[in-house]
Amino acid sequence: MSKLPLLILNGIPQAVALSKRVHWIGALDPSLRTFDIILKTANGTTYNAYVVRGSEGVAIIDTVKEGYANDFFARLESVARYDEIKVIVLNHLEPDHTGALPELMRRAPQAQLYISQKAQSMLKALLKQDAFSFIPVVTGDTVSLGDCSLAFFHTPYLHWPDTQCTYLPEEKTLFSGDVFGCHFCDVRLFNDEVGDFRFTFEYYYAHIMRPFKEYVNRALDLIEPLLPLDTILPAHGPLLRDQPQRYVQRYRELSRAALQTEISTDEKTLLIFYISSYGNTRRMAEAIYEGAMAVERVRVSLYDLEGSEIAPFVDLIEGADGIVFGAPTINGDAVKPVWDLLSSLAVINLKSKLGGVFGSYGWTGEGVKMVEDRLRGLKLRVPIPGIRIKLIPTEEEILSCREFGHELAQELMGLRQSKVIDMADLA
Amino acid sequence: MAKASITFEDINVTVNAPAGTRLIENSEKVGSGITYGCREGDCGTCITKVTAGWNNLSEPSVLEDKILRENMAGKHNRLACQAQVLGGEISVKPV
Repeated sequence: MSKLPLLILNGIPQAVALSKRVHWIGALDPSLRTFDIILKTANGTTYNAYVVRGSEGVAIIDTVKEGYANDFFARLESVARYDEIKVIVLNHLEPDHTGALPELMRRAPQAQLYISQKAQSMLKALLKQDAFSFIPVVTGDTVSLGDCSLAFFHTPYLHWPDTQCTYLPEEKTLFSGDVFGCHFCDVRLFNDEVGDFRFTFEYYYAHIMRPFKEYVNRALDLIEPLLPLDTILPAHGPLLRDQPQRYVQRYRELSRAALQTEISTDEKTLLIFYISSYGNTRRMAEAIYEGAMAVERVRVSLYDLEGSEIAPFVDLIEGADGIVFGAPTINGDAVKPVWDLLSSLAVINLKSKLGGVFGSYGWTGEGVKMVEDRLRGLKLRVPIPGIRIKLIPTEEEILSCREFGHELAQELMGLRQSKVIDMADLA
Repeated sequence: MAKASITFEDINVTVNAPAGTRLIENSEKVGSGITYGCREGDCGTCITKVTAGWNNLSEPSVLEDKILRENMAGKHNRLACQAQVLGGEISVKPV
């Protein structure tokens, strides 16, 4: 039977030895239920921080959320003195990892702070001090602790601009920050002891890392050459000492484009979503579909928003090149199912996808313009003005929808002529 | 009146606009994806990448430089609500 790590002795939190040089000095937060507004957790989380002891000094890697600083300092004191601390590394400046930093800097004033270059302005905003010293580092920089060293890998947008990973080559250990982390709290600490936590590992990826897949792939290009690793030590959740490479592989799988194998490289996908109460917006959608289908190598799909939950649509949009919304106006607004889908897209990267909007209306037709503005806010390109049709479309209006679809598909394939406008003509 | 030719790459539209107008005025009229917040050079929402014709825009003010820095703007980025077109050819796209 496995032995529980000794987290508390006579009421005093204790560091947990992970190797001859490394200790865990983090904190458990089993009562947390909502993290960062967007994430749920059924059993809380951990704020993982670490001590690395070298022959010429001690390094602290990350701290904890402010309210858990007492546990962090008690664990730190159980394995190191403050005057031994030479290096403080912050892999990520979010307050759940830097809450104890100001007090740590006060207790160990000689320690040098190492942060990524992108973290500089954030550090200033966190500490609210004008004068403090730190060393900004980039991929390839190292700091020596005598018989061991720490190497830095800048992994921006996993999940903030500042994020980095820190590597201890002498123990093949990667301190990965939020990468490979999850919100899961278990006193057994280690991935081979806590039971199945895949659901929360995947959930964390889906909400925290998924919007930045492109950056995840770049980070994995840096991390994979380090394999085989002995241990990955993330800033939240179980410590990954058993088969750490499986978590790296899973990140790679999750970060690949879902449609990579189904769509040939010279094809583009255009999705048309609509919702319709009397069939008018649906008729527009069908005409746009027909118009777009006439352009070669565009794979057009038509979806009724009434027919599905939101999550599969989010997956489809992530893999698509263009998205068109059929949004009828009711009482001066686009209808709720359209907004519900549009408010669920923060977990994917939409930048530079093609967008378009159409819809029918009864007496005012603001919905189309509102959705267009929302698409621009989400960083989509909206090059072709949307179409609004009052109540039942005429044959002529149906033809204009066909033309709209055709033009969108041509734009997607780069076949549309560029346009020159003189501002004097618009005045 | 001197004119500038501004290409909004995201929508593949070029506009000929009077010198002295700001990028914001022109992009809004033609529906480019550059989005706006305060319109006063303070919020950083309208950060825009200038892909050509950097010198055909007015110099950034001290305030604009500060806002660009605070928002970690990349090289050749401007606030569309502040940058005035001076003439010649300019290409921009949303960040």
